[in-house]
Amino acid sequence: MTLTLSHYLILAAVLFSISIAGIVINRKNIIILLMSIELMLLSVNLNFIAFSHYLDDLAGQVFVFFILTVAAAEAAIGLAILVVLFRNRGSINVEDIKELKW
Amino acid sequence: MIETVIFYVFAVATVVSATAVVTVRNPVHAALFLVLTFFTSAVIWMSLEAEFLAIALVLVYVGAVMVLFIFVVMMLDINIARLREGFVRYLPLGLLVAAIMLGLMLSVVTSDVFVLDTGSEPLPKPADYSNTKALGGILYTEYVFAFEIAAVILLVAIIAAISLTMRKRARTKYQNPSSQIKVRKADRLRIVKMPSGEKE
Repeated sequence: MTLTLSHYLILAAVLFSISIAGIVINRKNIIILLMSIELMLLSVNLNFIAFSHYLDDLAGQVFVFFILTVAAAEAAIGLAILVVLFRNRGSINVEDIKELKW
Repeated sequence: MIETVIFYVFAVATVVSATAVVTVRNPVHAALFLVLTFFTSAVIWMSLEAEFLAIALVLVYVGAVMVLFIFVVMMLDINIARLREGFVRYLPLGLLVAAIMLGLMLSVVTSDVFVLDTGSEPLPKPADYSNTKALGGILYTEYVFAFEIAAVILLVAIIAAISLTMRKRARTKYQNPSSQIKVRKADRLRIVKMPSGEKE
């Protein structure tokens, strides 16, 4: 029983589905939403690396490198916005953020 | 054989900890389970011969991004009970969406339309093969412009994060270095000529 590309693709699909479910059921908590987005990026990266290994092409790993860069930037800015939001509103509940301007 | 065992053990650990990330009550626990997910994924990446990225995942993600997450979670005073409202209500919908998504992706992966499996396991790389060296070899030649753009994105992220969160408090007293440097003797010192008192 050897490992095939499908094993890794199915694992990535399961991870992606878990994070989709996490976004739907935790829709009030912005922190968990950001964590679910990180999980999604992780599953996509797993796809890239699996294809890179089985097709013997390093370009996939270069893409993972860039995705990691963008994800780090996204997490930093997202958390900064979250801190500013909490400072102004005293809450991070998604339902409290319904005005366009205050 | 050993690779298969390693894959299954860490795949199950990844899926279990990812499920815990989206279901646990406390955001700090969720962040710690996300760290566990990154570690187990790094092992799977390592078994796919992506050594550099596995180490980068642990260093950059666990070392920097997740520490930032835990920092922010602990800094905010969160009312967990209010954020958990509607968890049970949205659970069936979430499971339905996830099941549809999973079914679609599995039908693509296992279908005969796209022949994904090349049939043979790629040959293992020789012992003196360096993944980091090979990755650097194409990163700094073929992808050098994309690499520069990535650097600019990180710079923008630094500036954005700092300028968003930096604030001046009203009651704190600051020193203004430029006005401190520009000060002259005449601004600070006043010489008063007083005639000495006459004796009577």
